[in-house]
Amino acid sequence: MTRACICFAIAALMAMGPFGGAAARDEFILVQSTTSTRNSGLFEHVLPLFTAKTGIEVRVVAVGTGQAIRNAANGDGDVLLVHAKDAEEQFVAEGNGEARFDVMYNDFVIVGPPSDPAGVAGMRDAVAALLRIAEAAALFASRGDDSGTHRAEMALWRETGVDVEAASGGWYRETGSGMGTTLNIGTGMGAYVMTDRATWIAFGNKRDYRVAVEGDPRLFNQYGIVLVNPERHPHVKAGPARRFVEWVLSEEGQQAIASFRVDGQQLFFPNAGS
Amino acid sequence: MESFWGILADAMSLILAWDADLIEIIGLSLRVTVTAVAIACAIGLPVGAAVGSFAFPGRTAAAVILNSLMGLPPVVVGLIVYLMLSAAGPLGPLGLLYTPTAMIIAQTVLVTPIVAALTRQVVEDLHREYAEQFSSLQVGPLDRVLALLWDARYSLLTVALAGFGRAVAEVGAVIIVGGNINHVTRMMTTTIALETSKGNLQLALALGVVLLAMALVVNAGVMALRASAVRAAYV
Amino acid sequence: MHAAGPATRPEAVAPPLLQARRLCFDAGGRRLIDRIDAEIRAHRRTVIMGANGTGKSVLLRLLHGLIRPTAGEVLWQGRPLDRAGRREQSMVFQRPVLLRRSVLANLRFALAVRGVDGPERATREAKAIERARLGDLAKRPARVLSGGEQQRLAVARALACEPRVLFLDEATASLDPASTHAIEELVREAQDSGVTIVLITHDIGQARRLGEDLIFLHAGRVVESGPVADVLGAPRAEATRAWLEGRLHLGPPGHGTS
Repeated sequence: MTRACICFAIAALMAMGPFGGAAARDEFILVQSTTSTRNSGLFEHVLPLFTAKTGIEVRVVAVGTGQAIRNAANGDGDVLLVHAKDAEEQFVAEGNGEARFDVMYNDFVIVGPPSDPAGVAGMRDAVAALLRIAEAAALFASRGDDSGTHRAEMALWRETGVDVEAASGGWYRETGSGMGTTLNIGTGMGAYVMTDRATWIAFGNKRDYRVAVEGDPRLFNQYGIVLVNPERHPHVKAGPARRFVEWVLSEEGQQAIASFRVDGQQLFFPNAGS
Repeated sequence: MESFWGILADAMSLILAWDADLIEIIGLSLRVTVTAVAIACAIGLPVGAAVGSFAFPGRTAAAVILNSLMGLPPVVVGLIVYLMLSAAGPLGPLGLLYTPTAMIIAQTVLVTPIVAALTRQVVEDLHREYAEQFSSLQVGPLDRVLALLWDARYSLLTVALAGFGRAVAEVGAVIIVGGNINHVTRMMTTTIALETSKGNLQLALALGVVLLAMALVVNAGVMALRASAVRAAYV
Repeated sequence: MHAAGPATRPEAVAPPLLQARRLCFDAGGRRLIDRIDAEIRAHRRTVIMGANGTGKSVLLRLLHGLIRPTAGEVLWQGRPLDRAGRREQSMVFQRPVLLRRSVLANLRFALAVRGVDGPERATREAKAIERARLGDLAKRPARVLSGGEQQRLAVARALACEPRVLFLDEATASLDPASTHAIEELVREAQDSGVTIVLITHDIGQARRLGEDLIFLHAGRVVESGPVADVLGAPRAEATRAWLEGRLHLGPPGHGTS
């Protein structure tokens, strides 16, 4: 009778077996990308256009930029679409990617509570604003996860000369989490948070937070696309993946990115070939 | 911040709207978890029963290991399975990463020790009662294990349920090996994590309520079954 | 059963069915069975008696091969007891151990384990059900039966295996008089059909009703043995006298057989 149980388990397995259904349809590619692009809803807007045109399904794994690059370096993905230019170029230099292209940009903003404890609201100079936050020892929530946003934030802190590591756990709080989670935590504790604008606009739990600092050229956030090197990783679906990269960089793909809007605001600005 | 009740009310209206995406997500969650628990039972029941009923050197060590593995953090399981299934890993050529199969594997790894460890406990207790009678009848090892598993069936149902509860509520492992890909590997828990990170607390809570309701239905069913078994002194 | 010794050894025509030779059993640093020599004669009903903790149950388990002796040996028909020999023995415990299944399934399990199947199994099942007078209850879960019914099933299951020896370890200790009587009937019928009976009991009445030979244990040793009527009527060992009179006997196990 226990045999019956085991037989049932095996039968259930068989029944569930054709999960490979996913694998059976071979016309799909895997893009390693970031939470900011996914959470904003950009992919839901852009990818169906590509799939409709080519019949190629695009599957997106959205993690931090650091993890996306590591996954792609393991060969777990056909295309890399992230926002950390130095790391992307290193990825290519190490032979993991074919070539890197600019795709689009948006910008980072620093959001803060309406009480504005550091008095930075309305500032354009991001470095000066961060310095003022540090001096006021006002709470600041950082991703702390080696993501593109985190790297950009660290670059700004380096310019201020403030040793945030020393302050970590004090006014400087590292969440070690994705953008959305960090926003949830930051707004919950009344901390300033540096976020990409796209995630912020699409974020559903803003409470009474607003953008405090924006407009500094140093807050520029460039996205790049890389085809994972099929010579290094032979199982990469070079054909369809190359079509995707070319389409994203084409007039049509760039148009699709430009036409994506949330609450009437354009979130990403295509700049391929510029 | 909106009040908890306000968010809960919004969540309920989202559940009532019940769209195709929600059904797809719930369906995938159930298929992955039920399959994983079935495999975990196919492995864990005999292993647990063997450790619980045979005397062999290292039996205590085996029990300690099984009990410790119950506490495996899902993220660690996810990471190990990722490293196995990654294109750079030993099982890379199978191309299973970021598929539901990968999530089944991860949940199976997570749940099998739970099933085995709890089965060992249940079977050991029962075996203590049966041991002399079995020895007197000269029941062979295979018949012994099968008889103990069958006679403990209602307790083992609860064991499977514990495994199901752990698997269905788990997010750390499946999000790493599944990738939370829309329409491919997006499950209830990964959706909850995603919607929470997007700040869509209503939708996240709605899915949490669905998860809870499922757990309630499954538990109530098993408890009813057990109650009838208790009346027959089968427990 | 007789303590082996020239004075009491019967004129054996064949080797005794079951024999204990210098049998010892230690557990937890204590000697529970101490150099027991004893014989069980075929087709007889042997009663083992003695105060609590004197090693009756341990002796029974040694004779049935459930536990291994620390020293000495158990002989079955003159040869060391092995698996094949044990297969010709059945045992009923004080608290019946029944599977979480129906009455019929309990019988079926025991028979299946013994390799009995097909029409033979059906015949034996039917016979056991009838013998235990559980006809209306065959499909019922075994563990909801009354204590008396459960023990009848346990005895019927043991007999369905068609043993040559049936061991009973205080099988009626927790039963009412009617249920006890029913079990005694089963035991007598079994002996009539040629089964050798070895039973432990504290019930002097039951010992007189069921027993032919009696062996009395004290502190892990045989202090007295012989026909039931003789031992109970004229006990020679101080331990036996004390037990019959309801006194605690804490003295050494002086042998009363010589």
